[in-house]
Amino acid sequence: MALSLYNYWIVIVLMMTGFYIVIRSTNLVKKIVGLNIFQTSVFILYISMGKVEGGTAPIVTDGATAYSNPLPHVLILTAIVVGVATTALGLTLVVRIKEAYGSVDEEAIQRQDREA
Amino acid sequence: MTHHVVLRVVAKLIIPLILLFALYVQFHGDYGPGGGFQAGVIFSAALILYALVFGLDSAQRAVPTTAVRVLMALGVLLYGGVGITSMLLGGNFLEYDVFAAEPAAGQHLGILLVELGVGITVSTTMLAIFYAFAGRRAAR
Amino acid sequence: MIDEHLPVLQVVVPLLAAPMCLLLGRGTLAWGLATAVGWFALYVALSLLGSVPAGGEIRYALGGWAAPWGIEYRVDRLDSYVLVIVAAVGALVLTYARASVAREIARHQHAAFYAALLLCLAGLLGIVITGDAFNLFVFLEISSLSSYALISLGRDRRALTASYQYLIMGTLGATFILIGVGLLYMVTGTLNMLDLAERLPALGDNRTVLAAFAFLVVGICLKIALFPLHLWLPNAYAYAPSVVTAFLAGTATKVAIYVLLRFLFTIFGAGFSFSGMLLSALLMVLALLGVLVASTVAIFQNDVKRMLAYSSVAQIGYIVLGISLVSVTGLTAALVHLFNHAVMKAALFLALGAVVYRVGGARLEDMKGLGRAMPLTLAAFVAGGLSLIGVPLTAGFISKWYLVLAALEAGWWPIALLVLIGSLLAVVYVWRVVETAYMQPRPAGAAAVSEAPWHMLLPIWALVVANVWLGIDTDLTVGIAGGVAVELLGGAP
Repeated sequence: MALSLYNYWIVIVLMMTGFYIVIRSTNLVKKIVGLNIFQTSVFILYISMGKVEGGTAPIVTDGATAYSNPLPHVLILTAIVVGVATTALGLTLVVRIKEAYGSVDEEAIQRQDREA
Repeated sequence: MTHHVVLRVVAKLIIPLILLFALYVQFHGDYGPGGGFQAGVIFSAALILYALVFGLDSAQRAVPTTAVRVLMALGVLLYGGVGITSMLLGGNFLEYDVFAAEPAAGQHLGILLVELGVGITVSTTMLAIFYAFAGRRAAR
Repeated sequence: MIDEHLPVLQVVVPLLAAPMCLLLGRGTLAWGLATAVGWFALYVALSLLGSVPAGGEIRYALGGWAAPWGIEYRVDRLDSYVLVIVAAVGALVLTYARASVAREIARHQHAAFYAALLLCLAGLLGIVITGDAFNLFVFLEISSLSSYALISLGRDRRALTASYQYLIMGTLGATFILIGVGLLYMVTGTLNMLDLAERLPALGDNRTVLAAFAFLVVGICLKIALFPLHLWLPNAYAYAPSVVTAFLAGTATKVAIYVLLRFLFTIFGAGFSFSGMLLSALLMVLALLGVLVASTVAIFQNDVKRMLAYSSVAQIGYIVLGISLVSVTGLTAALVHLFNHAVMKAALFLALGAVVYRVGGARLEDMKGLGRAMPLTLAAFVAGGLSLIGVPLTAGFISKWYLVLAALEAGWWPIALLVLIGSLLAVVYVWRVVETAYMQPRPAGAAAVSEAPWHMLLPIWALVVANVWLGIDTDLTVGIAGGVAVELLGGAP
């Protein structure tokens, strides 16, 4: 019973891993990595919900009666693009922060801000 | 980058194939799996591979930064232009039926043009992101 | 012909003008295009407001695909009301922007700056106009991503960390919304807001629906910057370029509140959202804490921009307080304050932008003696400040009046008292600026300062006049807000 819903377990484990990294890590790059893991878990949630028992890929072919639901896949394609844009922007900010502060560690940056 | 002969030869062999595959994914998108997003990313992957093996400078000689910037904007404008044209022809925004006498043919043409716009923008945007990061390190 | 396409033009014109700005490449040309587009968006929003019938809606099927299958743009009176707020602030801020942007942002980035500002505007307008829950997420990310980029352009290096912080928090919020929408799709099989509203009641207290509800509310509250999820806001507003601060303060959080209203009242329905009083009590406590804590913190800020940012958190508290009362008067107060706060905060931040333009900073000591040096700018600031406090004959008074009325109506007189205490705290922080600007002399040896140029003063004073106008003639705000409140509580959108 519990194992038949294994996709949700994977989603939850990934989600919490990513969330934990975002909250706990002080390294700005690692935070972005955590954010990526967090987003990926949501992608898997969407994609696994499109699965139809016994369905094939949603392309019309002879002999197929059931097709998987393509809509979640299309939606998540959009979300992946958004994720790429977010990652690129986040890393750009990290590069600029590194140039401005000489560090990518959150605590070191806050210390510099306090002293300034 | 004078050595690494194997890398250079292999790259020269597969880069055209990657580009060709990108075009296949792009223009086969209305019948099979594929479309502008995937094709754009594959296309830019070929160019990024070129930049990695032969250096950023030669990649930027092949595809200059200005061209990337202009194409990035033009792709979006192509997408929007298709929508505006369909409005001028009496349909709703992005209603492709009005492009041809037969709705199916109109849909065909419309999605092809829109996906072309998407493909151009995605590939140049990925390239722009790569240039931005790679160029930054070279500048310092 | 153009009339039937108005809903889509509202979003598509700014969206397509953005890459054109990039292509134009020159600062002044890009500014001209952006400003023209801003005013066109306002024209479209006003005509939509004029053509939406009371209780009715305008629907537009994208690509000609009818509603349950295709994405649909739907404009009812709440939509058109928020569209006017966003477009009006956008048009005025863009008109004002040229000189301020030329001063604060490197020349080669001007075209990209206006492109990003237009994208942000298009995203915000799109959130309001769309009738599709997933499309809402996409527009939310368009506006958020461009605002992260805009904030990072601030001159101080702390703008970078502020933008990064906002990026992390904003993405978490948006992903929460994405999870909520996904769970709703899982149980209902639809993404269309109207369809969702129809199918959800049949599911009752389904656990998936409850989980979706929780994710959505937390995600949206992050975007609203409701206390204690507001931590990204003060830094983001304080270090962003002046124009960006004014634009975001007037639009971004307002649109997020619209999203909250849409989900709570239209999609889930007031009956579901506020059953058992839990959410209502939670929102009320957080809103009141937000008002009191943020106002108190604002008093101790030395950077006036930061002070106003904390004041924004407090004002958001007032709006959420109105929502949490779940009554027609309460919602009216929230909606009226949505409009009024956008107008007054945009005026205040634009006035502050003019100070930065002339003096180079917005710390309290920079403002010494400015009352005499820049009389018109500072007078506008004072007018905005009075409205923030809620002095009669200003817009702020009307919102506070309805809020107190709603609290008394519900029999919660302590809340009315706390609202008044919040106003007193506002008196303190506005007074600090007034005292510095009018009573203290300009420090000896400081460079002479002249009045801001007329093209900056014009948009500022347009907003100030609107502020006073909305405090006297309340037909536009209270008239529409009252009707919308009844519609929202009536269940059917």
